[in-house]
Amino acid sequence: MKNYIINTAASTVEALYRFFAFHWEVAKRLVRPPYYPKLIWEQMDRVGVDSLPIVVLTSFFTGFVLAFQIGYALMRFGAKLYVGGIVSVSLVRELGPVLISLVFAGRVGAGITAELGSMQVSEQIDAMRALATDPIRKLVMTRFLAAVIMLPILVVVGDLIGILGGMLVSVMNLGLTANFYRTSVVNALVFNDLISGFIKPLIFGGMISIVACYFGLTARGGTKGVGDAVTRTVVVSSVLIFLLDAFITKVLFLMGM
Amino acid sequence: MIELYNIHKSFEGKPVLKGVNLKIGQGETLVILGRSGCGKSVTLKIILRLIKQDLGRIVIDGEDTTNYTEDQMLPLRKKIGMLFQGSALFDSMNVKENVAYPLREHLKLPEDEVSQKVAQALSFVELSGAEQTMPSELSGGMKKRVALARAIVLEPRYMFYDEPTTGLDPLTSRKINELINKLKDEYKVGSIVVTHEIANAFKVADRFEVIKDGEILFSGTANELKGSKLKFVQDFIKGGTIENANQ
Repeated sequence: MKNYIINTAASTVEALYRFFAFHWEVAKRLVRPPYYPKLIWEQMDRVGVDSLPIVVLTSFFTGFVLAFQIGYALMRFGAKLYVGGIVSVSLVRELGPVLISLVFAGRVGAGITAELGSMQVSEQIDAMRALATDPIRKLVMTRFLAAVIMLPILVVVGDLIGILGGMLVSVMNLGLTANFYRTSVVNALVFNDLISGFIKPLIFGGMISIVACYFGLTARGGTKGVGDAVTRTVVVSSVLIFLLDAFITKVLFLMGM
Repeated sequence: MIELYNIHKSFEGKPVLKGVNLKIGQGETLVILGRSGCGKSVTLKIILRLIKQDLGRIVIDGEDTTNYTEDQMLPLRKKIGMLFQGSALFDSMNVKENVAYPLREHLKLPEDEVSQKVAQALSFVELSGAEQTMPSELSGGMKKRVALARAIVLEPRYMFYDEPTTGLDPLTSRKINELINKLKDEYKVGSIVVTHEIANAFKVADRFEVIKDGEILFSGTANELKGSKLKFVQDFIKGGTIENANQ
């Protein structure tokens, strides 16, 4: 039992060391060209534009349901006028960044791991290195930068769609006018809400892409190994989204945001 | 010349190479023989620094690469072409894009010159006209030949072949052997061929090294190999029961 605990602790420390060493390898390359702008553009299309339908769908129904629940709860106190403000602040500060990042981890993170994992187990990554190219620069950096650029954009789009979903419920079920809803949204949101809602996906995007690339490039053991790596990516990314969200929220509150 | 001194490598505590010494010069073909899993492919990957050795020294054309970083290894890798066991073609790219990959990465050539060099490389491996084919549409032998075209397109000084004929039919194997010899004769490429297929090995080898249990058991020419008194070597040549063979 004692040996088991020691071995588990040692392998956990080693895994964490490798994970953070990988971060360092990526960080070193961030400050030195080449950056492969054409590949970054392609990845932005794949991770960003192709994710739009699912982001729109998720956000619309989140805003829709949120307005329903909050509206009916507030109606008991005669406070349904605040629905627009509560829905928009909840979406922009918290639900938009977290839910869309979870969707992003499931769709884009899993896809990156599957792709790089397949390349790893079929020696394509080794071939790339043997041909004197750097897979971290060519595969990881391009995906990292694309995710960091596109996830905040997706979140902004998702927030707007979610607020529209809330408006639909407010107008059709709660008896508010579209103009009143829009005014309450504009009055409720302040600059700090927007900053908070933008910083989170920026960090989540970087984290998801690095986690996905790391587990892809370290996949071993054929197709089963790739499957396991994809599962690890989704689980670790999801857990880290919640942990980082709590941490960033706390830091922003301490900073008065 | 590529020189390896006292190379050791273990995986998860299990030793695979135990003090391997090798030398390979330009214009000669060295065949490394040994059972599957004895560390032959690992030796090639260690020279290219795709895997790092635990102990030992590597010198490539007079440069001691033992403690080289990934960045320092990049220019040296351009001198060495590698044919992987499973071909390792980029499956999202067609044949032309695969062969053009190293050209586009390292040489700023106009596109028509890239196309011309790709056509030359494909002609060398007798696959002219296959430019637009995807790897998934190729047979195993054709994949090996495309991978060979990709490996030679930068005109390397050395070529590493990891099981180049394994799983191929006799005619395709002969074609691959001819290409290995053609590269040596026409371009003076120094080659290391890793295989356990003894018949094909004799068709390309200038020298042999036999690895057993992570150590070089035999080193010499084809005739010396045939005349060796070592039971493992004789069993290997005759395709005998190597599992039971002791020195």
